[in-house]
Amino acid sequence: MFKESITIALRALLSNKLRSVLTMLGIIIGVGAVIAMVSVGLGVREKVQNSIASLGSNMLIVTPGAASSQGVRSASGSSITLVADDADYIRKTVSGIDYVAPTVSKQYQLIAGNQNWTTTVQGITPDYMAIRSLTVGSGSFVTERDISARNRVAVLGATVAENLFGSVNPVGQSVRINNTPYQIIGVLDSKGQSSMGQDQDDIVMIPLTTAQERLIGINYVHSINVQVTKMESMDQVQEKITSLLRQQHKIFGSKEDDFTVRNLTSIMEMATETTGTITMLLGSIAAISLLVGGIGIMNIMMVSVTERTREIGIRKALGATYRDIMLQFLLESVVIGLIGGIGGILLGIAAAYAISIIGGLNTVISVMSIIVSFGFSIAIGLFFGIYPARKAALLDPIEALRYE
Amino acid sequence: MGIVLKDVSKRYQMGEELVAALEDISLEIMDGEFVAIMGPSGSGKSTLMNILGCLDRPSDGSYLLDGYEVANMSDDELAKTRNQRIGFVFQNFNLLSRISAWENVALPLIYARVSEKERLERAARLLDMVGLSARKRHLPNELSGGQRQRVAIARALVNNPSIIMADEPTGNLDSRSSVDIMDIFSSLHGEGRTVILVTHEPDIAEYAKRIITVRDGLILSDQKKESHHV
Repeated sequence: MFKESITIALRALLSNKLRSVLTMLGIIIGVGAVIAMVSVGLGVREKVQNSIASLGSNMLIVTPGAASSQGVRSASGSSITLVADDADYIRKTVSGIDYVAPTVSKQYQLIAGNQNWTTTVQGITPDYMAIRSLTVGSGSFVTERDISARNRVAVLGATVAENLFGSVNPVGQSVRINNTPYQIIGVLDSKGQSSMGQDQDDIVMIPLTTAQERLIGINYVHSINVQVTKMESMDQVQEKITSLLRQQHKIFGSKEDDFTVRNLTSIMEMATETTGTITMLLGSIAAISLLVGGIGIMNIMMVSVTERTREIGIRKALGATYRDIMLQFLLESVVIGLIGGIGGILLGIAAAYAISIIGGLNTVISVMSIIVSFGFSIAIGLFFGIYPARKAALLDPIEALRYE
Repeated sequence: MGIVLKDVSKRYQMGEELVAALEDISLEIMDGEFVAIMGPSGSGKSTLMNILGCLDRPSDGSYLLDGYEVANMSDDELAKTRNQRIGFVFQNFNLLSRISAWENVALPLIYARVSEKERLERAARLLDMVGLSARKRHLPNELSGGQRQRVAIARALVNNPSIIMADEPTGNLDSRSSVDIMDIFSSLHGEGRTVILVTHEPDIAEYAKRIITVRDGLILSDQKKESHHV
């Protein structure tokens, strides 16, 4: 019976080709819009996630707390209790971490030839490169030997290199920081703007020990970056570091920490949530057009039932039951949904490509959105087909046969 | 077996009023009879034919068809009964216009859940019987009125029903085609089938062996003839 009903449904659709295609168009556009819009949303999400991941998403940042003297609390980070030894201690005792990188930073004027540029000079260790996923475009990065020898070497960010040397390769040249010459050993690849709009290339990196002892003249560090191996163990590692540093700094009982451990997952979560909302918004706007397509199916099926009242009467007189007629009309609307769904998937994929090529937006076509919207288009065919099919199946054969 | 109506009434609600189309009709039609039901329009003959054809249920009374009580059947049971026991021939043929004569004849067998191969075989046999095997693949609108009615007769016979119900089968035909069609009914009667003919034309009713006249929802007369016109 199913096979016969399919044949009948297909025949009915073929006998009214233009009308069938126009009806399907509603579903095609709806499904296509859902897939294309969701792909745009997911593209935005992927881009944001990548930029956060390049910051180091599974990173903990330990910063000194606020110094306080006689109840007057200074700005966070003003305490001088955090030292490079703390970093070594964390590296040795805490498990589940990949890298530990203490840093110091201060603004200085740089001079090279007749050019000058004021920027942040950061004292770092070799691990910093891995933590920030930095890559060196030409030359090399700071090594352990530079650290232990307190060498006056510098790695320039792309913006700094550009401003001081123009198009000349600065590797091997010398730059004056605070009126002391540093040999340039490398230039970093451009990282572009951070998600907060800062230029991440406007920076100079020198060995931590050089910065502490020969440039700034301090023995503490401004931050310790810790990269955790597994995202899931972030909280655990964070707790461990906290208790470790309290011990190390001899803070007991209810006394306040003189440091802060923060992580970037909260930023990541927020960004993911935000872009997830964008995806939902775009998807649901597109879903409305799918719904409108469904109403189109219902409309046409109602017309079709009315037009074929006599046919229904004949079929019923010859022995078609409620279910036979129901199945015949329901299959017709499901077939519209099915073919419309397939067409919509093709349109959606094509649109997503067009958006990324012509519009320059990053798009990610998700299999999930294809499956869901395809299932949805069939479900819509089914749902909006039920009422007309039921109307057909409930027709009184005598009335239907009399219908002109 | 055959048809046994007992005290059958049919009433319709028309606005506030309850209108009786049939009142306490009792009637028996034996297997193999050729009956004509006559009466002017509004007499209740269409209502009677709808009830006999299981398209409608009586408001009151009992209708035994081949021993089965039809009066209390559900819509789907009625559909099944129509499919298996009754073959319809209508005044305006009522063929599906988009499918061929052959598929039209095979249509009732779809609802009888017969396989496609057998459906087409049986339909071809019946089209052959009504002399249209050469026109199997034609659409109804490519056939003449007489040919269409022959297709309809083939369709009525395809599921081998016990009763053929014909509602003004010659109403849309010229006199020559009418004779052809009536001859087919006569020969069906000759084969032992029950034929019930609804008509208002006396010369068509003359083909039948028994004429029931209906007026104002009542049976006015019920005459049997010995032998006439074969």
